[in-house]
Amino acid sequence: MSRSLKKGPFVDQRLFEKAQRAKQGGQHAAIRTWSRRCTIVPEFIGCTFEVHNGKMFHKVLVTEDMVGHKLGEFSPSRTFRGHSGTRKKT
Amino acid sequence: MPRIAGVDIPADKRIEISLRYIYGVGPYLALQVLKEAGIEPGVRAKNLTEDEVARIAGVLDRSYVVEGQLRRQVAQNIARLRDIGCYRGMRHRRGLPVRGQRTRSNARTRKGPKKTVAGKKGVKEMHRG
Repeated sequence: MSRSLKKGPFVDQRLFEKAQRAKQGGQHAAIRTWSRRCTIVPEFIGCTFEVHNGKMFHKVLVTEDMVGHKLGEFSPSRTFRGHSGTRKKT
Repeated sequence: MPRIAGVDIPADKRIEISLRYIYGVGPYLALQVLKEAGIEPGVRAKNLTEDEVARIAGVLDRSYVVEGQLRRQVAQNIARLRDIGCYRGMRHRRGLPVRGQRTRSNARTRKGPKKTVAGKKGVKEMHRG
């Protein structure tokens, strides 16, 4: 079920403030975060995040198209290396 | 045969039915369009006058996205997902179900016909073992 519109999008408050500060102070290092559930809002455009996937951090440069998605969508948490015996197509 | 919204040529069915042959027009929209154009839904498509056909085409043109334009819109939405590298885009790229369905079994619509793997245990063997 989708989220109630009444509540508005979920944005991690601390992450939001951090992104704001990073933007004002010019380009900073990527912001490390575990907050995969945080919605990407227009204020994040141009910021670089490092989103945790349970094991490592994935660099995500936020572009305009990404607004409305969650940070976690850009940091895959599963690895699939193919089944045994399936030969890779060349 | 009347011609509405470009290439579509619905047959000699009731107009409410034949309109559905247009990509993007379903049961609901067909009736909606006919209401807006002021045409009885039960009339056979071949019995429509030139003017009535033009009226339907006009309504579709003005307020709805159908056929090529709609197809393009859908393709663009998918291309966007692919480009930004999000989870849904990756599922589209790999040809797997996008909305969290199981893939251990089924998912044949997205994965295509079964590719049999040699040496994989069959159902009978699994019961014995």
